[in-house]
Amino acid sequence: MDLSSINWLLLTASLMVASTPILLAALGELVVERAGVLNLGVEGMMIVGAVAGFVAGLETQSATLGFAAAALGGAGLSLLFGVLTQVLMSNQVATGLALTLFGLGLSALLGQGYIGIRGVEVPDVNWGPVADLPGLGVVLFRHDAMVYLSLLFCFAIWYFLSRTRGGLILRAVGESAEAAHALGYKVVRIRLAAIAFGGACAGLGGAYISLVRVPQWTEGMTAGAGWIALALVVFAAWRPGRLLLGAYLFGGLTVLQLNLQAAGIAIPVEYLSMSPYILTILVLVVMSSGRARAALGAPAALGKSFHAAA
Amino acid sequence: MLRRSILASAALALGLGSAAFAQDDPTQVGFIYVGPVGDGGWTFTHNEGRLAVEEEFGDAVETIFQESVPEGADAERVMTQMALSGVDIIFATSFGYMDQIIAVAEKFPDVKFEHATGYKTAENVSTYSAKFYEGRAVQGHIAGSMTESNIIGYIASYPIPEVIRGINSAYIHAKKANPDVEFRIVWVYTWFDPAKEADAATALIEQGADVILQHTDSTAPLAAAQQAGGVIGFGQASDMADFKPAPRVSSILDLWGDYYVDRVRAVKDGTWETVETWHGIGDGMVGIGEITEAVPAEVKAEAEALRDAIAAGEYHPFTGPLNKQDGTVWLADGEVADDGTLLGMNFYVEGLTGEIPE
Repeated sequence: MDLSSINWLLLTASLMVASTPILLAALGELVVERAGVLNLGVEGMMIVGAVAGFVAGLETQSATLGFAAAALGGAGLSLLFGVLTQVLMSNQVATGLALTLFGLGLSALLGQGYIGIRGVEVPDVNWGPVADLPGLGVVLFRHDAMVYLSLLFCFAIWYFLSRTRGGLILRAVGESAEAAHALGYKVVRIRLAAIAFGGACAGLGGAYISLVRVPQWTEGMTAGAGWIALALVVFAAWRPGRLLLGAYLFGGLTVLQLNLQAAGIAIPVEYLSMSPYILTILVLVVMSSGRARAALGAPAALGKSFHAAA
Repeated sequence: MLRRSILASAALALGLGSAAFAQDDPTQVGFIYVGPVGDGGWTFTHNEGRLAVEEEFGDAVETIFQESVPEGADAERVMTQMALSGVDIIFATSFGYMDQIIAVAEKFPDVKFEHATGYKTAENVSTYSAKFYEGRAVQGHIAGSMTESNIIGYIASYPIPEVIRGINSAYIHAKKANPDVEFRIVWVYTWFDPAKEADAATALIEQGADVILQHTDSTAPLAAAQQAGGVIGFGQASDMADFKPAPRVSSILDLWGDYYVDRVRAVKDGTWETVETWHGIGDGMVGIGEITEAVPAEVKAEAEALRDAIAAGEYHPFTGPLNKQDGTVWLADGEVADDGTLLGMNFYVEGLTGEIPE
């Protein structure tokens, strides 16, 4: 094997970029699930974020406003899910799936006039001389702001969930909505807030694809990233630290297999191509048994509807 | 049994109904697309063809289309639905609809079917495709002439003859222009996944490629080339003119409009017959998009001469002497490849490295 033509530093850097969309979306979903809500509409919220971010970025010529619009768009769509499942008590799985279908259709409609157009430029963060450090400079200090923001989110969510009172309340709602309700916490309101946050994160993840990674608008461009994000949350056992690891592992596999091919290494690429999905399936199989689920630390009230009168 | 006979008589009644009104009614034309119209590539160009039909015949035709139809059983359902609703001709625009078309065509002998890139025909089923490898030859020449690192990256979709033909054709002509040229091929196993295409382009660029050829449908590789700087690429299927003058220095265009207009006219005139069409630059089904000023004038002139020679039938992109990858002789000096071999091409020519995935 001749691996010399692969530049491992550049590979690590592009791995971080490739992983950022699923990391952002999965972080949002993690918070949602910790609050006891299963929102399968991540893919739909991502694609709406992608189109909202692209259109807003192009019209205002500002990447920042683009990302802001993406977060709003994702949050808006997720609140539709929130109202349906939390207020009108619809089934979470079915509503989430419907949200994905709706998001795909809506984004295609919104994006009709924007196909194939060049988007707004997203500048890299200027770290000054640090960016020229040998090795580390390329890997760590030549990215756009969203890569750093996703890392910051990861830390902030860990801190919030495990070290603050707010996080404790959120987790209580996810473990036993009845108990939290009995203690006087507004279960529905807390869940709605978590759902909106999850939607905003998914929107940011989608916009990262349409503004940085690709960067343009095409229908269906998230191409299943939302589903990978969903699986990642389970894979990470609802812990932000492991989620970061998982996201970089998934992103790394994608980038690595392309690099190995480009280097002309004769390994069956099909296996590496499918490896993220195989991992996902394995994790879901393990998850489906009740005991493993408890051992992994799934929120006890995950996916269960709550109504104060019930 | 009863239900089946009711359905059959309903279908018969519909069929009779449409036949009775055939004189006055506009011709109904159905299209089935594998992707969204907004893909900016393959499906987009077929939809342009549909619009050309509407433009040509005005009120004398009615077109309907269904996009993002998965290959397989769903396609059969969609085509049956279209046939029942009284269309006169259906254009099915993806390879994977093949068996479904044959099945539906048997049930509706009065409806004409046109299958893009397939190879099974019937009394009422024609096939059509374009010789994209002719365009690849021109691309290969430009790529070979312009690379400075001598590494050309190729984003391939699926290991099927059409894609392999393109790789071989591009390589042969890049090699002619520059004997030191080397191809790095990445198989992405998708026709359309912008994020994956962008990653593939980035991986190739990081390994030194300064020209990217793509056989996938989105503009993402061009965007990646632009970000990297100093890298050129080509439009695929549609012109991708937004990336002019660089990184997009030229493009291969799929031009279906003329063919669609011809076939719809044949249905109107009652002259429709089963044909197997395989047209290239000369017949106007494949176009070479504008070669921009980023290409040196000399290279541009050579590329245009190559294009014109292919169009005029004076030159065939697969002309011997050519060996297969393992060194065995494929074409002797001056010999030209036959269409049968090209249609089933499953080998690399000499000089390409790596293996074609199974």
